[in-house]
Amino acid sequence: MLRSELVAKLAAENPDLSFGEVERVVDTVLEEISAALERGDRVELRGFGAFSARERGERLGRNPRTGEKVKVEGKRAPFFKAGKELRARLNGGVDFGE
Amino acid sequence: MAETLTRAHLIDVIGRELGLSRTDGAQLLESMLEHIVLTLESGKIVKLARFGNFAIRDKAPRVGRNPKTGVEANICARRVVTFKPSQMLRARVERG
Repeated sequence: MLRSELVAKLAAENPDLSFGEVERVVDTVLEEISAALERGDRVELRGFGAFSARERGERLGRNPRTGEKVKVEGKRAPFFKAGKELRARLNGGVDFGE
Repeated sequence: MAETLTRAHLIDVIGRELGLSRTDGAQLLESMLEHIVLTLESGKIVKLARFGNFAIRDKAPRVGRNPKTGVEANICARRVVTFKPSQMLRARVERG
């Protein structure tokens, strides 16, 4: 399912809203989550899952061409952890844990 | 200090941006998440341009170990969700 298909489904269920308005709802939600992660904040959506910005420490990498060791700076990366209900729904109602 | 945002915050912003009631905003957010879950349940990928992709992975059964007690345990075959952030989201979060 693409972003445009998600908007189309929501628009079909909400005939009182225009396609453009539904598109703005989807944009707003995804932008708010992105902005929160950019600030280093967490977004917790019970049942669905939680988005967070994980710190990745600096590490020793290798230049794949020369094999030479290079220091890779630490950075922050987006991370999603599925919620209990979502995990269970994907496994016939049983939550096997993380 | 990192803050934790919940549905309430997203519903507030939807309301402000579109002039929708809390009830309508909440219902739209819920439907949006539900469509994502339904798509994943059907085994399909969810591709949200500029944000990221959600996909399902099948994990094979394996013998695991409780890291605290060292006791072996069978881990069942199961399906898990993976989220792959877009290049754009990665870049935004990396810089902070």
